[in-house]
Amino acid sequence: MTTDQQTSATVWPDEIYEVLKQAGITQVAYVPDAGHAKLINRCHADKAMRAVSLTTEEEGVAMLAGAWMGGAKGVLLMQSSGVGNCINMLSMIEECRLPLLMIVTMRGVWGEFNPWQVPMGGSTAAALENAGVIVHSVERAEDIRETIHACTALAFNTQRPVAMLIQQRVIGFKNWNK
Amino acid sequence: MAAKKPAGLDRRKVVAALLADRGDALVVTGLGSPTYDTYAAGDHDLNFYLWGAMGGAVMAGLGLALAQPKRRVLVITGDGEMLMGIGSLATVACEAPKNLAIAVIDNGHYGETGMQRAHTARGVDLAGIAKAAGFKSATTISTMPAVQAWLPAWQKKAGPVFADIKVAATPAPMRLPLRDGTAIKHRFRSALLGADAIK
Repeated sequence: MTTDQQTSATVWPDEIYEVLKQAGITQVAYVPDAGHAKLINRCHADKAMRAVSLTTEEEGVAMLAGAWMGGAKGVLLMQSSGVGNCINMLSMIEECRLPLLMIVTMRGVWGEFNPWQVPMGGSTAAALENAGVIVHSVERAEDIRETIHACTALAFNTQRPVAMLIQQRVIGFKNWNK
Repeated sequence: MAAKKPAGLDRRKVVAALLADRGDALVVTGLGSPTYDTYAAGDHDLNFYLWGAMGGAVMAGLGLALAQPKRRVLVITGDGEMLMGIGSLATVACEAPKNLAIAVIDNGHYGETGMQRAHTARGVDLAGIAKAAGFKSATTISTMPAVQAWLPAWQKKAGPVFADIKVAATPAPMRLPLRDGTAIKHRFRSALLGADAIK
């Protein structure tokens, strides 16, 4: 794939949606990313889900902490550049031992055009792991369903923060000539 | 005769008044003095005391309010904590949860770190920001009768509701609640959701 344009044939966002739905996710917090566009649209269209657009990613960490305190399950969607914005807020997740499911679309690591994406893209996994988050990375679209299923189970069954990183190779290059 | 500038309200009396008739409301407190003030007003299983995660109190309140739409949620936080999460006022205004209220206990200073002046002591108007973001109700309060008059707003009015309550910068005696986050979580969730919630 050489473009980030998801076609109707792109099935992995639908697979993620189905797993989230089956797991009883009702709150979807996000800062938009092109890689998440199809999933965000599906969540907004689902009346049983509340999709909340954030001004910064750390808002979503605190929001989903509140969700769990109130008995609800959520997911936080962001691009790799947003991970750095979350670090101190993740202290609430560790200290209160709360579940947190994150899905991060990667930039700055595979066929990137924009050099400003490289620093955060290169440290995304390490930054999350340093903050106590369990990280699972997927390089191939066919692994996404199984991985998000595993991440969801791990997060909510053990009350731990878990992030699935969707590598840029899956999402495709951003077309800068469109 | 020029009106004398009010000395500022007693923060402990303000928070005690806010919580005197809390009913079955869920309370989230921002780190530092608002956490201590809330505890001093009477410990409660349905208090989610934050001791860190600065800037997160309002968003924790939003997640809780969306999860529990039939319960009232009150966030009690400080002006510095609110400023650090100022974008969350925009997010809350867009989501417009009817059951969420925010009370900022505004002493105009960073009380935990040496009483440095905060933006609110330099002209920044939090209620004005909330109103501009789209809050249905946002007000600045500087007298105890006005605190009393605001009680029905946080308890019953269709939200989101916001009040910036100006208090004195005088430190109150230390009153420290439970600080183990996991213990706070278990206590809160079992009180709200039943004993099975912590299985």
